Amino acid sequence: MLEVAGVQLAPLWLGTGGLTSLETVRRVVEAARPGLVTVSVRRTSDTGTGSLLATLRDLGVQVLPNTAGCLGAQEAVLTAELAREALGTDWVKLEVIGDEVSLLPDVVELVEAAETLVARGFTVLPYTTGDPVVARRLVDVGCAAVMPLGSPIGSGRGIADPHTIEAVRAAVDVPVVLDAGIGTASEAAHAMELGCDAVLVATAVTRAEDPVAMARAMSLAVESGQLARRAGRIPRRETARASSPMRGRVGR
Amino acid sequence: MRLSVNGRPHELPEGTALTGLLETVAPDPRGVAVALNGSVVRAAEWPAIPLREGDLVEVVTAHQGG
Repeated sequence: MLEVAGVQLAPLWLGTGGLTSLETVRRVVEAARPGLVTVSVRRTSDTGTGSLLATLRDLGVQVLPNTAGCLGAQEAVLTAELAREALGTDWVKLEVIGDEVSLLPDVVELVEAAETLVARGFTVLPYTTGDPVVARRLVDVGCAAVMPLGSPIGSGRGIADPHTIEAVRAAVDVPVVLDAGIGTASEAAHAMELGCDAVLVATAVTRAEDPVAMARAMSLAVESGQLARRAGRIPRRETARASSPMRGRVGR
Repeated sequence: MRLSVNGRPHELPEGTALTGLLETVAPDPRGVAVALNGSVVRAAEWPAIPLREGDLVEVVTAHQGG
C-alpha cells in the first residue's frame, strides 16, 4: 500500500478540473475510488462557495488542494496558506509554473516555495519536471513525495520519455507520483510499470467522452501496472526467443 | 471607503469589519479563506479585523482543478 507522510492511500489520484456537474464528480469519484482528489483554490467571486467541497466530503475522499496556475513562489505560498485555512488540511500539491503556455514547472521557484512551506508545517507534494537532480533537491528540503510530469499538463501525450521517470524513481526514496500528460489507461499502467507509486489523472478522465468509464479504466490500469511491476517484466532482447520447445517438431 | 475585493473595486461604510464584508461576498463561510493585504486572516479573527481605505482583500474557496 502506498504511504505518504504516514498516511496509506490508493494509488490512483484524481483531479476534478473540467467535470461538468457535481453529479458527474460524484459518479467519477465512485468509479475511480481515488486515494486523493485535487481541488484548486479560487476567488469566490469566480466560483460561488461550498458545493464541490461538500460533495467531496460527502463521498469521504481525502481532498488535496493545489496551487495550480501560480507563477512564483510567493503566490504559491499564499495560495497554500489560504488552502490550509479553507480546507483544514496542511497537505498541498505544490505547483509553480514558469509560464502560462507550456505550464511547465519553474523549478527554481518550486524548490524555494517547497522549502518555505515545509518550514511552516505543510506536507508538500510538488509537481516537477522529470529531472532526478531537481527531485533530490525537493526531497532535501523536506517534500513528502515528488510528482514528475509525463508530458505537458492536459496534452494527453503520455510519458514522453520513460527514462526520466525511471531516473526520478531511482534518485529518491519518497513516493513518486506521475502527474500530468496521461491520455489513456495504458499510459497510467505504464507509469506504474516504470516504478511510480501512484498516478494523478485529471484531464484524461474529466474530458473523456465518458468520464465515468475512463475513471474505472484508470483504476484498473493503475492496479494492473502495479501488479506487473511487482511481477517483474522480462528483459528486452535483440533477437527472438522461442517460447515453444524446438525439439519434437513434426517431420524433423 | 474604497477597497479591492477579489481584484474589483468595492465601496464600504467606514469602520466595517471583515465579517461585515464577508456577509455579502461569502454568505456561507464554510470552506472559505481570506487574505488581507497578502496575509491569511484566520476565521476566528474576522470579527476583530477593521477594514481600511485601500485594503486588498482576497476571498477564496475550493474549486474544481487538477
